[in-house]
Amino acid sequence: MFCLLLRRSGNSCKLVGKHIVKTSGLTSIKALHTTRWLRHGEYEWQDPKSPDEIVNITYVDKDGKRTKVQGKVGDNVLYLAHRHGIEMEGACEASLACTTCHVYVDHNFLEKLKEAEEKEDDLLDMAPFLRENSRLGCQILLDKSMDGIELQLPKATRNFYVDGHKPKPH
Amino acid sequence: MTSNLLNICRRGFHTSSVRQQIIQSETPTKRICIVGAGPAGFYAAQYLLKNLGDCVVDIVEKLPVPFGLVRFGVAPDHPEVKNVINTFTKTAEHPRLRFFGNVSLGTDVSLQELRNQYHAVLLTYGSDQDRELQLDNEQQSHVISARKFVAWYNGLPGAEHLEPDLSGRDVTIVGQGNVAVDVARMLLGPLDALKSTDTTEYALEALSRSQVERVHLVGRRGPLQAAFTIKELREMLKLPNVQTRWRSDDFSGIATQVEQLQRPRKRLTELMLKSLNDQGKNSSPGTKQFLPIFLRAPKAITEGEMEFSVTELQQDAAVPTHATERLPANLILRSIGYKSSCADADISFDSRQGYVRNREGRVLKVDATDSVDAGLYVAGWLGTGPTGVILTTMSGAFAVAKNICDDIASNALDTSSSKPGFEADDKRVVTWDGWRRIDDFEMETGKEKGKPREKIVSIAEMLRIAGV
Repeated sequence: MFCLLLRRSGNSCKLVGKHIVKTSGLTSIKALHTTRWLRHGEYEWQDPKSPDEIVNITYVDKDGKRTKVQGKVGDNVLYLAHRHGIEMEGACEASLACTTCHVYVDHNFLEKLKEAEEKEDDLLDMAPFLRENSRLGCQILLDKSMDGIELQLPKATRNFYVDGHKPKPH
Repeated sequence: MTSNLLNICRRGFHTSSVRQQIIQSETPTKRICIVGAGPAGFYAAQYLLKNLGDCVVDIVEKLPVPFGLVRFGVAPDHPEVKNVINTFTKTAEHPRLRFFGNVSLGTDVSLQELRNQYHAVLLTYGSDQDRELQLDNEQQSHVISARKFVAWYNGLPGAEHLEPDLSGRDVTIVGQGNVAVDVARMLLGPLDALKSTDTTEYALEALSRSQVERVHLVGRRGPLQAAFTIKELREMLKLPNVQTRWRSDDFSGIATQVEQLQRPRKRLTELMLKSLNDQGKNSSPGTKQFLPIFLRAPKAITEGEMEFSVTELQQDAAVPTHATERLPANLILRSIGYKSSCADADISFDSRQGYVRNREGRVLKVDATDSVDAGLYVAGWLGTGPTGVILTTMSGAFAVAKNICDDIASNALDTSSSKPGFEADDKRVVTWDGWRRIDDFEMETGKEKGKPREKIVSIAEMLRIAGV
């Protein structure tokens, strides 16, 4: 909850208001996807304007807890997760510089996603517990064909060196 | 000076009294102290504040400024990696968190004092030393650690006097991790691209006079064991005016093994092989050269040269043969890993491996009984050794913070008595407000030069700007 509250606190509330005004004039979904000032999560706080926009999505956390969420076309699943208190981190704020929003995508929906660009694949290579259906959440923007998609968060990394462990030679 | 002190006292007391009210209005307070304001410390604080409703988290930091390796380690041309500072700042501004900068464990405050003042102490002060080659002449001025070189261009206080000699043509970097590649990119990349980053002004000036044309990146093992990752290699391959030259001998028999490799290793190896195959074809006009060299173990350091043993791989380990090779090296950069230092004699520290002895983040007792020292924890590189990306540090810090919460819930950690928390007394402490003043000043100074910030490097200057 703490994350959520913080993200709503202080100046960002004002920003939310400002951006909503700006977006209202746009009609093209494509423009929404690429517009830079929408990439900080403000858009995801807007509710769907009509049933046509709704995209249902289920997050499964590292302990297997399922959270069903009603997203909308154009939502970035990282910021949508933040809105709903799902523990997806997003340290680099969707700038493709970290792997903290690593998710597994339901196999039935893998092909509906835009193919990962080289940069995303390069980062995924650094993610612990990489699987064939691994993606970075910050690169997934919802569209209507993804209705019902399920995203699973990887288990936490457990790489403590217990006492006596010898790190591998360099 | 006096008026400055008064100002700070007023500011300091003001904030702490506001916080005191919030703190007192809640049920008995669990006090947790985190030592070190880097990623592990901030992520642990984030978890504790979220999951322990009645706790106060204090972060003490040796330097007057926060963020550890995000500020002093991340390459200046990777500003997007530093976005995580926004999340850390939100954590720092949480009403139940206090920041005490310019407080050094072992010097300004002892571990025992902190343990008396808090229910739990979490050590996250990272790895500030580097592994050495253990060769003669290693202390000569033309041999420096990559860690110090990174600290130099990133403005770590104390590193500004490094004066790396960039007057020669050849630099040899020993080690092939991403730190080594960062350093190679800083040495070979276009200076103009760095001018709009927060690279320190003195480093930009020194790099503008650099005569370095070739960087040798030498590893003991083969291409299949290369420690750099694909993102960093791809950046090198795309550098303008720089040719990457591989040695085809290093890759004999590699192509046939590609198909059996795991995805990350496979994609990295494919990229190396593609680059190797392309290197004769397009005679790009690059005047500078990036030269990755495999299967060479450091043997001796001489003036202007470095001698390596040719190695053979035996079950993934590099075994030196009798054959040797000399590489030109006007400057040698050692980049074979970091290690931590023991800040306080009361810490159970493995000085050979360079980390705090622990079991899942619970620090073990000094007495070698292998039992847990209740109330003392470690997270980040200080507890795991210096490996892993920010996700690794984040998950590890969350897990240790969860252990703290579990230990409190199970009464393995006694929180029944009240604890006072850190007393600044007459120490020159930089509060979060003080850091905000430094932050504003740096960004303002940077703006004039078209940089995101111009880092203050002198601690005295930091304290002056912070008003301490």
